[in-house]
Amino acid sequence: MELIYFLIETIAKVVAVFACLMAAVAYLTLAERKILGHIQVRCGPNRVGPFGLFQPIADGIKAFFKEDLVPARADKPLFVIAPMISITAAISLFAVIPFGEYIELFGRRVSLVIADLDIGLLYVFAIASLGEYGVVLGGWSGYNKYGLMGALRAAAQMISYELALALSVMGVLMIAGTLNLVGIVQQQAGWHWNLFYQPFAFIFYLVCALAEINRTPFDMPEAEAELACGFNIEYSSMKFALFFMAEYAHLVAVCAIATTLFLGGWDGPFNLPPALSWIWFVAKTGILVFFFIWERGTFPRLRYDQIMRFGWKFLLPLTLANIFGTGLYMILTG
Amino acid sequence: MVISLLTGIWWFIKGIGLLLASVFALLKGLRLTFTKFFSRPVTIQYPEKKRAVAPRWRGIHYFKSDEKGDTCCVACGLCVVICPSQCIRLVAVELDGGERYPEIYEINTVRCIYCGMCAEACPVNAIKLGRNYEFVDYQRANLVLDKGRLLANAPKEV
Repeated sequence: MELIYFLIETIAKVVAVFACLMAAVAYLTLAERKILGHIQVRCGPNRVGPFGLFQPIADGIKAFFKEDLVPARADKPLFVIAPMISITAAISLFAVIPFGEYIELFGRRVSLVIADLDIGLLYVFAIASLGEYGVVLGGWSGYNKYGLMGALRAAAQMISYELALALSVMGVLMIAGTLNLVGIVQQQAGWHWNLFYQPFAFIFYLVCALAEINRTPFDMPEAEAELACGFNIEYSSMKFALFFMAEYAHLVAVCAIATTLFLGGWDGPFNLPPALSWIWFVAKTGILVFFFIWERGTFPRLRYDQIMRFGWKFLLPLTLANIFGTGLYMILTG
Repeated sequence: MVISLLTGIWWFIKGIGLLLASVFALLKGLRLTFTKFFSRPVTIQYPEKKRAVAPRWRGIHYFKSDEKGDTCCVACGLCVVICPSQCIRLVAVELDGGERYPEIYEINTVRCIYCGMCAEACPVNAIKLGRNYEFVDYQRANLVLDKGRLLANAPKEV
């Protein structure tokens, strides 16, 4: 009986999270275009429905009915699998992210996380780097020189920044002493956010996350100006839409993880009932997402060698120094 | 030894300064885009709102009509001569009273460069360039203005 309850509970949570995530991703595309538009002192899409609110639906229908091209010399299985890997990895990240405290339903206490894994953070890093395979394989299998260049850059950038990303989170782990994301959030309750203890780690995390999700100023794999969209150059129709969705899902995931690790997850100033604690989580994630869109409208793309140099010669030593400083502080204060 | 230590410290301070300066520059950029985000868009929502054109705007041609509603063109042919892109076709006839009248008057607006020379050359101010710039069609043939359409193009209030 307990097993059936567990199954129903998990499936319900999965469906809810998946639906919310897909809606968020769809409307994030609109939000991004709107915000970028207003940053550039124009309106953004406002023709489809009131304030352009039906734009994502129109985009979805358009993507669905477009011709699905596969290049003649492409590696077909890989070409088809690559976008699936991307989107699967991006969505799977949400399995361990706690988005709220708990909720009382039918006399049962349902914790608002799909899987309360003890190695949650490890899982996050494993899955996040898996998503890069989609980009690399997608660029490589299309039999296109620009795609290949994009894939190579993606691989190099992933290795460089994955390292710094993991190291930047290390300080939080040292404070928390656990890889369990729920545990990390619970330790931050009552304004003991890791942001105040690890401010530099937070900044490093944001920078590395930008590189991890291939966003400006680190959007080397798809640099429009030089690679003509890079890894997804040969993709059309729903396969392209999958890459697109994966990109935004990954963006939300990265922001959600930052919220969990540094901004105290569901913890907030007014004592909301536990069932509504997810509001804080959504708000904090939304602010981070807005920042990511905002900086996209601000910073130009870096040159490839600059990105590599920045990753290895600047971020890596600084994150190491941050770990060293955290350790020193912990030893000195006991 | 001491000197090398001092140079090391100097380079360290210089590096920190450089870092702070570049971070400050990034923040400055962010501040600029943030203020622009809250500024009013400069977009004119075109089909609903139209931009007022300059008083000297040269748009689609029209014929000024006389009291009978016909053109006051006297078919002198000056516009045909002066037109740099040679887009005006004029066939003149002589009426019973001895005056000249344009039997056919066509402006091929696909070739026209809207220089306004025809309006300048016209001795009776029959042909003029209006303010309308919304003039599109799917067929090239429809973009040739004849006498009737030129008369119909005249602005309403005049």
